[in-house]
Amino acid sequence: MKRKAFLIDTTRCTACRSCQVACKQWNKLDAEATVNRGSYENPPDLTPLLYNQIHFIEQEQGDDLRWLFINRRCMHCADAGCVKVCPSAGALYHTKEGLVAYNREKCIECHYCVSGCPFDVPRYDAKQKVTKCHACSDRVQNGLLPACAKACPTQALSFGDRDQLIAEAKAAGKKLYGENDLGGLGVLYVLDDEPGTYRLPKNPAIPASIFFWKDVVKPLGILGFWGAVGVAALHYVTIGPKKLDDADDQPRKGGE
Amino acid sequence: MTNHWIDIRNSDVVLVMGSNAAENHPISFHYVLEAKEHGAKILSVDPRFTRTSARADIYAPLRSGTDIAFLGGMINYILNNDLYHKEYLQLHTNATFLVDPRFRMPGDLDGLFSGYNTAKRSYDKSTWDFQRDADGVPKSDPSLQDPNCVFQLLKKHFSRYTPEVVSGITGTPVKKLEEIYRTYGASGKPGKAATIMYAMGWTQHTVGTQNIRTMAIIQLLLGNIGVAGGGVNALRGESNVQGSTDHCLLFHILPGYLPTPKASLKDLTTYIKKTTPTTNDPQSANWWGNRGKYITSLLRAHFDTGLGAADEFGYQLLPKLDDGQNASWLMLFDKMIRDQVKGFFAWGQNPACSGSNANKVREALSRLDWMVAVNLFDNETASFWKGPGMDPAKIDTEVFFLPVAASFEKEGSITNSGRWAQWRYRAVKPLGDSRPDSEIMTELQYRVAKRYRDEGGAFPDPILKLSWNYGFRMPDGRLQELDIHAVAKEINGYFLTDKVVKGKAFRKGDLVPSFAYLQDDGSTSSGNWLYCQSYNGHGNNMARRSHKDPSGIGLYPEWAWCWPVNRRILYNRASVNADGVPWNSQRPVIWWTGSGWKGDVPDGGWKPLSQPGTRKSFIMLPDGVASIFGAKMKEGPFPEHYEPLESPIKNNPLSGTRTNPAMKLFYEGAEKLPEDVYYSNDKRYPFVATTYRVTEHWQTGVMSRNTPWLLEMQPQLFVEMSPELAADRAIGHGDMVKVSSGRGSVEAVAIVTRRFRPFKIEGATIHQVGLPWCFGWETKNAGDSANLLTPTAGDANTMIPETKAFMVNVEKLS
Repeated sequence: MKRKAFLIDTTRCTACRSCQVACKQWNKLDAEATVNRGSYENPPDLTPLLYNQIHFIEQEQGDDLRWLFINRRCMHCADAGCVKVCPSAGALYHTKEGLVAYNREKCIECHYCVSGCPFDVPRYDAKQKVTKCHACSDRVQNGLLPACAKACPTQALSFGDRDQLIAEAKAAGKKLYGENDLGGLGVLYVLDDEPGTYRLPKNPAIPASIFFWKDVVKPLGILGFWGAVGVAALHYVTIGPKKLDDADDQPRKGGE
Repeated sequence: MTNHWIDIRNSDVVLVMGSNAAENHPISFHYVLEAKEHGAKILSVDPRFTRTSARADIYAPLRSGTDIAFLGGMINYILNNDLYHKEYLQLHTNATFLVDPRFRMPGDLDGLFSGYNTAKRSYDKSTWDFQRDADGVPKSDPSLQDPNCVFQLLKKHFSRYTPEVVSGITGTPVKKLEEIYRTYGASGKPGKAATIMYAMGWTQHTVGTQNIRTMAIIQLLLGNIGVAGGGVNALRGESNVQGSTDHCLLFHILPGYLPTPKASLKDLTTYIKKTTPTTNDPQSANWWGNRGKYITSLLRAHFDTGLGAADEFGYQLLPKLDDGQNASWLMLFDKMIRDQVKGFFAWGQNPACSGSNANKVREALSRLDWMVAVNLFDNETASFWKGPGMDPAKIDTEVFFLPVAASFEKEGSITNSGRWAQWRYRAVKPLGDSRPDSEIMTELQYRVAKRYRDEGGAFPDPILKLSWNYGFRMPDGRLQELDIHAVAKEINGYFLTDKVVKGKAFRKGDLVPSFAYLQDDGSTSSGNWLYCQSYNGHGNNMARRSHKDPSGIGLYPEWAWCWPVNRRILYNRASVNADGVPWNSQRPVIWWTGSGWKGDVPDGGWKPLSQPGTRKSFIMLPDGVASIFGAKMKEGPFPEHYEPLESPIKNNPLSGTRTNPAMKLFYEGAEKLPEDVYYSNDKRYPFVATTYRVTEHWQTGVMSRNTPWLLEMQPQLFVEMSPELAADRAIGHGDMVKVSSGRGSVEAVAIVTRRFRPFKIEGATIHQVGLPWCFGWETKNAGDSANLLTPTAGDANTMIPETKAFMVNVEKLS
């Protein structure tokens, strides 16, 4: 099975937010009560009931103005911190299309995936189970496009074979974000500016603590007793700021 | 639209002005971005930097209500820099025509044209005419040099619109003006095309019609009408506005744009004689010369076919306007508040939020004896009696609510902006007791007719002789089931007798193949001549779904059906030269093969203009050519800048005539109402305001506010303003503010944004704010309609309200 991916071309996005609504409709996610905080951006962040969101960025450039839009969601990393860190086998996993899906029945409510994600994506719902974009894996398995890609009127959001999306974008002279990071992201972006402007890490990496867990502590955990120690150790190391290779230190501009 | 949505991809330059297509017509941006990827330049001109501006190559701001100045400057630029398409002007427009030498223009008459009558606020148009030869055909100068020719007059008139003067009015930096003018003007080169996407940002002004006229003149100067990627394209704000207009939504027209009869048009013969345009030019097709066939066929569809020629086919049963009567939107509610209207069907609308000066509308509703609200959801109109400031105990209006089916719950056609009539099928059954509009109308017709039959009445015939042959009738006279296909076929029309037309024999009951076969002797019916061909011997053409595109320019001739006669691009005979050779060989719309036309359905099948027996290319106009000089307009044959009714400046920088001299003034004279008050250049209301829609909500929001996912994204009324204005009024980002006009106020969340910037107008700093009009008091914590602020003022020609430029004050709420 060829690896599937999203290509999000921000230069084609009009921030109509069909993606946000289509996702809610397909995944049967209730609306949340919101207020206008002086911005079109709403809800203000990903939530257990919002798997993808358009972030609005206003930017002055001399006399001119730019209004940038980006669709935020799970990046479906090949080398996925959330999958790596998850102690419950099969709770978070890669589908045969290479997308990161989850099985809520197996989620043990540990929240480790939250710390393992360099993009601040997983959320826990009222039942304390993990939620996030799963690329409409139920649709994809049946040969349909994810709901967001289906709804996008301007093809800012496309979905397909990852290799082909990359080849087409490159042939059109477009520069990609995410081609090789973390084993290759399952969400590739065409950006109009530096990644930091969009609150994307320049070189995303899994927090160092995750390597410690995955490659050192977890094997020891098999020994049982050490497992308990290991979990405690992990809990310790995952508290505190995330260690990103290039932290998102850009100030948030406008549209917030 | 003269063209259609897909055709936007064929443009070299796309100007989005008077609309915010990315937000309000999101699908259109599929084609806009396709054009951009092929190298087209996207231009956004708007008082506010929008989601459209975000995708544009060039953005230019302008103060609301100054579009004619902006575009007038473009005409001046095009003429000064010889960017116009001379051969096109000579062949296809009245640029060469000679005007009466007595005609005078605003440059000479302080903002007025010759013939103005101050007391009547209207023009005697006798000097707005062409010089004519002995046969009555307009004289012309093909060299465009005669000082009285339209071209020279145009040049003289717009020479006053220099970039500096324009910038002083619009607030647009001169550099930006010239950048836009240069980029757009480049499409005057033969083979290049530019398109305009406009909507209510142009129409909803006291000079709305002239805004569009100005652009039409530009498109003609640049040879952009009739070509692929060109045209004048109105983006309709509702999926079936085009269809409802075609089928006589407005008071002054019957289906197919036939004029509504007036009281003085006493009989059918007089109606036909007085409303049919004539021409003495043998080369003018003057298609409206067929008026008699179309009105007769309409009457045959409307009324009992037992009514014959002696009965004028039922002409006397049509409702008639009093001479001079204006029954447009603003007037309806004006009559209502003056207790001159007893009952009202608010069908598929929410005037308590959508009507300009909504407080007046809400008050007017309370004067009714009865109102029937037909809608998907309860709304601010149906429940006006319990709205803010209303005392239900004091309101006597009896309100009925009829729940109606949504578009997915019924079968039928809708007509989109590109004039495509597309058939749709029912996806789900209507919810609960809701029923399709057509079934509600059928039940109404049945019950009203029954009462007339049983009890008699003053004038029962218009009801009792109305045809309603849309299905099998039960013994009690009710339709067993409404057959929507029968309605569609009646709109197309039938032969009512056996008849031979154009050498073809037709039997009684045959569907008429197209409007060229309609007759004025009563032998054909057609509920709308423009739709004749939509449902004929080939079946329901509106249901076609072929992806074939033999043209290669996206005409898709067998996808649905398009009026007129499936012509996808109107005025397409102007896309070729006198020999029938396309200006653009890469994107030809039609071309002459030597024996016939290929490509789109030609706009008149006559031979090319260089050949004997030809007819001119603009067949719907009596002169046969497009009108750069347009004497039908109320306020002048050329557009002229006038300030909005409510304006931030004391004087019109161009002349001593401040506002449109031909528009109706409501707040004048002895009968003026306090509801209609306005404040221009008044320090109590110092800021320009405009209203708009957002992607997330639709119209007044009745459907979208009741869709929680949409309300989640845009939960509350907001007002957008510049950081400079916010600082001036100590307003912080996200603060609650009060926005008020002379007519009402709303509370809104402040969005402080660089997307609005102060304008420099005549040396002064002018601030502008903007609000969406999609909210209403029925949605908790969402705020109320921005139309509580807008004025009672209408365009001089159409009376569409001026909601896009008015004056407000903004204060922080403690």
